[in-house]
Amino acid sequence: MTVQGEPADHQWVDDHAGPVVRPYAVTGGRARPVTGTFDLISLVKATRTDVSPEIGLGPEHLAIVGLCQRMQSVAEIAAHLDLPVGTVRVLLGDLVARSLVQIREPHGTVGVPDNSIFEAVINGLRAL
Amino acid sequence: MDYGHSERPSGAVALPTAIKILVAGGFGVGKTTLVGAVSETRPLRTEEVLTESGVGIDDLSGVEAKRTTTVAMDFGRITISEDLVLYLFGTPGQDRFWFVWDELALGAIGAVVLADTRRLADCFPSIDYFEGRGTPFLVAVNCFEGARHYRLDEVQAALNLDPEVPVLLCDARQRESAKEVLITLVEHAMKLREARRSAD
Ligand SMILES: Nc1nc2c(ncn2[C@@H]2O[C@H](COP(=O)(O)OP(=O)(O)OP(=O)(O)O)[C@@H](O)[C@H]2O)c(=O)[nH]1
Ligand SMILES: [Mg+2]
Repeated sequence: MTVQGEPADHQWVDDHAGPVVRPYAVTGGRARPVTGTFDLISLVKATRTDVSPEIGLGPEHLAIVGLCQRMQSVAEIAAHLDLPVGTVRVLLGDLVARSLVQIREPHGTVGVPDNSIFEAVINGLRAL
Repeated sequence: MDYGHSERPSGAVALPTAIKILVAGGFGVGKTTLVGAVSETRPLRTEEVLTESGVGIDDLSGVEAKRTTTVAMDFGRITISEDLVLYLFGTPGQDRFWFVWDELALGAIGAVVLADTRRLADCFPSIDYFEGRGTPFLVAVNCFEGARHYRLDEVQAALNLDPEVPVLLCDARQRESAKEVLITLVEHAMKLREARRSAD
């Protein structure tokens, strides 16, 4: 998990190029998910409590299933696993294709949310 | 869209929906501080790796056609209810990464533009961006020690803002202050939505 101010020193990072090798290796060189688009705030939850290793699933796939026992956004998965968002999208595509996770697309990618959502947010913030 | 809706795998449950608000402004103006002040956890950081074509830089050498740039975004989460989760995203540097801004702004209910009166011009690109996109936004003047205090109408005039754009003072470190900024923004976004609807 990368938190503000704590550099991810276990990764080979080039300041200009970013993480150089790992994300590519993790996805087998794939840049696009087999299915889905995965907004940063699409919510993800595992459909099973545990998944045994099988062909085509790497440790990062299993790590996502483990993390998503509690619902997480795509951005949170990337932050906790310390992987670029693009890599996480590819891995999620594999998991969706196997029905190992369910996805909820965010509100408002099409059109403006309705008043009930605005009101819920206002009340929720007041109650914080 | 709800993947697996027609054929729900066993164990599937109803998930909440997510919405987001952006926190923009110049370098070091307090974006991450504001996100952290209201979020459930310390701000998290996520990275997008872009190929240089994605940020509009041509590599003329032809040798490293796939050079990449990493863009970091800070964000935090506020669980509003069982059905609704709010994410706050601090936007990355204002000058190069419009590609990432477009992705962040898509579907955002609104944006907070943080301003520091010692460096007011630093927030111009953010304001231009949200005005151009029609994203509801407000300007929150983050009060740093030693900064001269300006009246809000002076800030409004200096930024050449539409009179309806809220301008308020804040202390990005204080949860209550950050909350007030967000509530004002959502109220503003709701008003704009109604106004736009009745104009149609
Ligand atoms: N006095 C005062 N200091 C603040 C306030 N908000 C933030 N700071 C300080 O200003 C510095 C920069 O704040 P950040 O939240 O990192 O700013 P940022 O906009 O995320 O910075 P970048 O992401 O680097 O552009 C930190 O040292 C904060 O503690 C404020 O309201 N008052
Ligand atoms: Mg920051």
